[in-house]
Amino acid sequence: MTMLSPMTQALTANRLSDGRVVFLTSTGDWSADLGAARIAEDAIGQAELNAIGEQAEADCVIVGPYLIEVREAAGTLQAVEIRESIRALGPTVQAGQF
Amino acid sequence: MYRYDEFDHQLVAERVAQFRHQVKRRLDGQLTEDQFKPLRLMNGLYLQLHAYMLRVNVPYGVLSAHQLRKLAHIARRYDRDYGHFTTRQNIQYNWISLEDTADILAELAEVEMNAMQSSGNCVRNITADPLAGRARDEIEDPRPWCELIRQYSILNPEFSYLPRKFKIAVTGAPKDRAAVAVHDIGLRMHHDAHGKPGFEVIVGGGQGRTPVIGKTIRDWIEPEEILAYIEAILRVYNLYGRRDNLYKARIKILVNALGLDAFRELVETEYEAMRGQALAVPAAEQERIAAYFQPPAWESGSDLDAELDTLRAADQDFARWFDSNVSAHKAPGYAIVTLSLKATGQEPGDLSADRMDAVADLADRYSLGELRVTHRQNLVFTDVKQSQLQALHRELQALQLATPNIGLLTDMIACPGLDYCALANARSIPVAQDISRHFAAADKLLEIGELSINISGCMNACGHHHVANIGILGVNKKGKEFFQITLGGAADESAALGDRLGPGLPQNELPGAIETLVDKYLELRTSESESFLETYRRVGMTPFKTAVYGDDAARRVA
Repeated sequence: MTMLSPMTQALTANRLSDGRVVFLTSTGDWSADLGAARIAEDAIGQAELNAIGEQAEADCVIVGPYLIEVREAAGTLQAVEIRESIRALGPTVQAGQF
Repeated sequence: MYRYDEFDHQLVAERVAQFRHQVKRRLDGQLTEDQFKPLRLMNGLYLQLHAYMLRVNVPYGVLSAHQLRKLAHIARRYDRDYGHFTTRQNIQYNWISLEDTADILAELAEVEMNAMQSSGNCVRNITADPLAGRARDEIEDPRPWCELIRQYSILNPEFSYLPRKFKIAVTGAPKDRAAVAVHDIGLRMHHDAHGKPGFEVIVGGGQGRTPVIGKTIRDWIEPEEILAYIEAILRVYNLYGRRDNLYKARIKILVNALGLDAFRELVETEYEAMRGQALAVPAAEQERIAAYFQPPAWESGSDLDAELDTLRAADQDFARWFDSNVSAHKAPGYAIVTLSLKATGQEPGDLSADRMDAVADLADRYSLGELRVTHRQNLVFTDVKQSQLQALHRELQALQLATPNIGLLTDMIACPGLDYCALANARSIPVAQDISRHFAAADKLLEIGELSINISGCMNACGHHHVANIGILGVNKKGKEFFQITLGGAADESAALGDRLGPGLPQNELPGAIETLVDKYLELRTSESESFLETYRRVGMTPFKTAVYGDDAARRVA
């Protein structure tokens, strides 16, 4: 596991139209794949992400953008906090079986 | 059950059209999220971790087979093929798109359902005894009064912006199956000295971060005065309840701050000004509403106790199921059947669309097309002929809905927890699944007997952990999930809040800790008829604490 800087963060939100979890990508799109997220490793980069998020919210693309801490593992990005990991990967239970 | 009249249909249709327009304005950017949020909440729509969540009202838990088929259809068409029955007798869908919401509400309106006031700072769905109108121990069917309160409180402009949400529960039976003591208002039916039924009014109960057992503000009131008395309480709350602090805004905080006597004086003053006036329910209106709840045409017949004894002796699975999942019905020859949504490993309260359809078909064939949702997240068939119990049991077994565990350890309540909920700190469902698998053996469950375990993923306590015999509260400490155990809570007529056992445990230690508690209870009980709660009340916390933590209670930090 490679630990990126403690400052390493990605921008997440929920898509306005369907509420799905999305991450800002390096191409400026919003993706359900955390692995495609654009990351920021310093305060300037994080301010840029926040500014993009605020504009996307104003443009009615997403709701409630915020930064999350991420780390690189197995060649991809993972959320550090349990809550954000569940948001990125979905519920840890297999629902609808009963 | 109640059927919409032309005014109900018009009101709900107008509300759907209104919300459709509000959604369009939100998607077009004419409304900001801050402007839109209170509007969507008033229509039951939350934004949770993964998607929007829609909470649909099941008024006082009463549902028809026809409506359940529509709920299955909505799960299939707009969600991911399942729904979640809640502790307030409602159903929630976890994967809703904002763009679909108005269409869903329109489909619900087709079967006389809605999501109005299932969220927001208003009077929420009225909850009730899930056996209302059928239970043998009942004084009177509370559902007509629930329906009157529902009609009175829906879109009541004076109470659409309360300091905080407001929950009312009603029971018409001395056995409290509606947890009335932990609601903002709880109504419990009693006879007065002359034998007339009326309501004891309990106020200021609740769970959440400040759990409180409600206090009796009035010993008895005529049912026809109940709307006026509720209005008096709501008016005092609306005037004096705090709006400056979200966590101190519930009525329980006001009642505690003023003291019950001072609060009562304010309410009684309001009530005296209204007594016998516009809100006194006229006899004709009482009869009009009560007509919707007349008993069905039960076939006359005698109890089949003798035959049932023979069946029970011949079929152990049936006997176990009968003993735990079948309740006494007021009509001879009939029974009330609880369908367990707590099969081994099942997410408590979840049901797939296919099983919803299957249950609807069974309700038509075995229960006169009616069923109920319980606050313990199970379903009830209200009118099953005793002669058909064995056939129904076999059909429910095939659907994994006949687990013989109602009221037993694995009949757990669990909130959605961190797997779905934006407020949660820890997961609830996997904890319930672990415990369910650990205690899968029916023999052990029977040996343990009556025991409630409720699990909440945060201190908001949607999983009712405060009032469980064994409560489990998920917390997050330094990025890790821990679970605090409480003992001695109860949600029935002996309502009590649980006491904390000790420091939190990690998830993988919970089933073992529960087993330790249970084994200690089995060791300490004076007889098989002394329940876990009775033993706890007799011996107190110490033996259980020592059993779990030994002499090293401070070893764990959480």
